[in-house]
Amino acid sequence: MLSETTRAKILELIQKYPHKRTALIPVLYVVQAELGHISEPAMTAVGELFGLSPAEVKEVVTFYTMFYRAPVGKHVLQVCTNISCMLCRAEEILDYLKTKLGIAVGETTPDGKFTLLEVECMGACEAAPAMQDNYDYHFHMTKEKIDRLLEILR
Amino acid sequence: MLERVLTKNWEKTNSHKIETYMAGGGYEALRQVLTGGFTPEQVIEEVKKSNLRGRGGAGFPTGVKWSFVPKDPSKPKYMVVNADESEPGTFKDRYILERDPHMLIEGLIIGSYAIGAKTCFIYVRGEYYHPAQVVEAALAEAYRQGFLGNNLLGSGYSLEVFLIRGAGAYICGEETALLESLEGKKGWPRLKPPFPAVVGLYKCPTVINNVETLANIPHIIRRGGQWYAGLGPPKNGGTRLFALSGHVNRPGVYELPLGITLREMIYDHAGGIRDGKVIKAVIPGGSSAPVLTAAEIDVKMDHESVAAIGSMLGSGAVIIMDETTCMVKALARITKFYAHESCGQCTPCREGTGWMLKILRRILQGEGHADDPDHLLAIQGNIQGMTICPLGDAAALPVQSFVTKFRQEFDYHCVHKRCDIESACAVPA
Repeated sequence: MLSETTRAKILELIQKYPHKRTALIPVLYVVQAELGHISEPAMTAVGELFGLSPAEVKEVVTFYTMFYRAPVGKHVLQVCTNISCMLCRAEEILDYLKTKLGIAVGETTPDGKFTLLEVECMGACEAAPAMQDNYDYHFHMTKEKIDRLLEILR
Repeated sequence: MLERVLTKNWEKTNSHKIETYMAGGGYEALRQVLTGGFTPEQVIEEVKKSNLRGRGGAGFPTGVKWSFVPKDPSKPKYMVVNADESEPGTFKDRYILERDPHMLIEGLIIGSYAIGAKTCFIYVRGEYYHPAQVVEAALAEAYRQGFLGNNLLGSGYSLEVFLIRGAGAYICGEETALLESLEGKKGWPRLKPPFPAVVGLYKCPTVINNVETLANIPHIIRRGGQWYAGLGPPKNGGTRLFALSGHVNRPGVYELPLGITLREMIYDHAGGIRDGKVIKAVIPGGSSAPVLTAAEIDVKMDHESVAAIGSMLGSGAVIIMDETTCMVKALARITKFYAHESCGQCTPCREGTGWMLKILRRILQGEGHADDPDHLLAIQGNIQGMTICPLGDAAALPVQSFVTKFRQEFDYHCVHKRCDIESACAVPA
């Protein structure tokens, strides 16, 4: 299920820290980078490398919002609607994206390009309303800026 | 004009590079400590003298925290940098990570030396992927210069630093949840005592310090604890990074002396309220800090003064709301956050946050009952003090303060089934 390169990366991470299990979250990121999400078989595979049961791995995967358990689009658009962004009309940004992409929060466009998520504070409150496209921040969002962003990402 | 301490390099070109940092006297404090005969005890004494208090939210005196680490050499000790900045409204540490990572790195080396740690972890929130890369590059520079690794500057002291990224969980900013996460587990906070200084990471003595806290350390060493203490009011040493957001003209990070009033902060520094509107309310220390009304903004922003009027300085995140803000809607959004982020370990928090959100949503939808504001007050009262970690209180305090201070708005919603503010308030999704 995991490529040789990924397995090698994982084995390196497992040796890197004072305690093996500290590598679990870094390893899950590596798995997600290869597979796009972390499936149940992937959890089992990771568990075997750590000497953990599938349930112990799943407990971690399901706790953290940045681990996806189902496939997501090439661009995961994450719109913050927490208090500071809300005060700066983040809902309008989220609604506009819903309409524009024709999907609801949590869904992926049929072409697999975009997944839309509503997220909690991303630490960019001075630039509200803020959003992330995968790891890239986009500040002071407006409808025009969304148009341009989607144009570039398409 | 106040001297800029933490932000002095931010406008420089390549402020994140080690050459820039060293050209401004960077790593001189480290040299002073490691080659100038400073004992760990002397470092701790200097930090105690500075009256530096933790910048993460709790405001505990840093030097005192360090002194709790047992001297017993039988177990390894760990320094952990809390860069999980997730309290809504807070974004100051991101600036340090991106613009001046070496100030943090120099601080964490001195801190690690003071507590006798040979290993340090920097735990960065998962969303800060790019800031984390800046820090990784800075760590590599520091290793190359001999400021990290074995036998630093020939002193015999060695330190290894690892950067670990979180993966999206507010609770991991709570220090014991952070330790669980570093151990590769879900972030369930631990019961205290024992405190991390005695039983922390891998059951070993551990100090967890916020990014901004550690960035102050080089300055305290170079210029003395007394100088640093003199920058702020009694018991509140130094300057502080305040993160202003919401309805102000110039939101952003401001380095200001502790003890400045909220009014000065908002009107003299952040350009006042947007669109010529009138200020209605301010959250002075991150979303979990009890809200203040417009009548309370002459408060001095230091730990004691803010506590005296029933709120807290917290993470220094100031969220400003103007007259168009529906307080029911604002509270519903804050409560939604805590309901989402409750880790599920303690029943009062897990269930209570969900109940409060349900009630707030029905009030917003025009289905509120006349006694709903009282229900909210009763539920939050059953969360406060009943949980392992402070997330329970963090969820309860906004409810208590919003409902108490803006009671008429909540009542209006419940009785008239709509908002009394012109801007119609929709339900947060």
